Amino acid sequence: MNKEISINQLHEHIRDDMTILVGGFGATGSPLTILDEVAQFNIQGLTIVSNNLGENGQGLHKVFVKGQIKKAVGSFFTINKEAVQAWSNGELEIELIPQGTLAEAIRCGGAGIGGFYTKTAVGTALAKNKEHREIKGQQYIFEESITGDVALIRAHKADRLGNLIYHETARNFNPMMATAADVVIVEVDEIVEVGELNPETIVTPSVYIDYIVQTAYTKEGDAYVRAE
Amino acid sequence: MSELSSRDIIAKRVAKELCDYDVVNLGVGIPTLVTEYLGDKKIYLQTENGLLGMGPAPINPKDINPDLVDAGKSPVTRIPGASLFHSADSFAMIRGGHIDVAVLGTLQIDVHGEIANWAVPNQPILGVGGAMDLVAGAKKLIVAANLFAKDGSSKLIKELTFESSGQRKADLLVTEYAAFTFDAKGIHIVDIYNGMSYEELCERIGLPLLLDVIIQ
Repeated sequence: MNKEISINQLHEHIRDDMTILVGGFGATGSPLTILDEVAQFNIQGLTIVSNNLGENGQGLHKVFVKGQIKKAVGSFFTINKEAVQAWSNGELEIELIPQGTLAEAIRCGGAGIGGFYTKTAVGTALAKNKEHREIKGQQYIFEESITGDVALIRAHKADRLGNLIYHETARNFNPMMATAADVVIVEVDEIVEVGELNPETIVTPSVYIDYIVQTAYTKEGDAYVRAE
Repeated sequence: MSELSSRDIIAKRVAKELCDYDVVNLGVGIPTLVTEYLGDKKIYLQTENGLLGMGPAPINPKDINPDLVDAGKSPVTRIPGASLFHSADSFAMIRGGHIDVAVLGTLQIDVHGEIANWAVPNQPILGVGGAMDLVAGAKKLIVAANLFAKDGSSKLIKELTFESSGQRKADLLVTEYAAFTFDAKGIHIVDIYNGMSYEELCERIGLPLLLDVIIQ
């Protein structure tokens, strides 16, 4: 078994109007090489589920400025001025979800759970039109789970079977997204042979991963830089 | 004390509330300054993007790593005893009541201690981040903010006019002139400093305030 593919094969998996889960908290833990490639495709109507829409002109920002995104689902878009402008012009739909609710909704989506009750956002504008329920004397709101057609995620190392380990805070949303989409494609710093990863340290088991792509990025100072 | 800016006065007063081995989440802005005033206290900072045991920003350039950042996406370090986890675990920790103290800023706070700290008025509401999860779930909620806005108006008000961050009330409000708690009896002043008098505070806030502290 070898799940490694060339970045040139990515187009086989991404189509118009798909819902795509994209890992990362800003650029940290974001599949930058994959997103560079997606930005080259002639596609549209994507629904993107990600904490925010890229950072410093990298990652999802490139996909967004190509006009490929119809709707963004996430927790923090304020820092992306172009996205705010597009939303104001009615060119971009935004669904705002508290960060913890977003993470849990994706976790549930991958775990076969339809939704959950949370106390986060009770009594706020984000609880409008949501089912309320009192449990053990406390108010909760119902939040539906989230799944995607494709997940594009980032890890540090993969073996050829797709077992993954992560690096520092670049883990963030990636392990949940790995479980919550029909097709899961991971970008990694290093691909090793089966058996080389210590099973005690594997965070995402291979069963969740369909394809592995080698990153084209290296780290320089506090930035990710594409090595050409 | 007059040497310190109002932000530093607030941060220093908040630091007094923290105890050894507390697990603490600090919001952006004034709350992050609290680390400057911890002295010998050993606390474990949690950052919602997946780290418990966050250390200061790296001093040596070779320790800067874009994979290791705080919730404001700035490079940080880890301290001994740190652990790393994904966002769902991080918010289980927050929502599930495992964070001892959250210190958050606010735009407004009402007479009951309910806060509005996520939606800037007259602008599209497109960012919430982890604010509502922290409000809902932290064991103790300390709100750290300047009492008076730039136009001199009090942020402590009868009713919120900005969007609420949740039903859960603050346990303590720390400002540049006083610290307050809230209960069924009303707003209590539990500390007053920085040359402020009880009378002036009452006048500028314009709400009934109970004085729970002896002014020297």
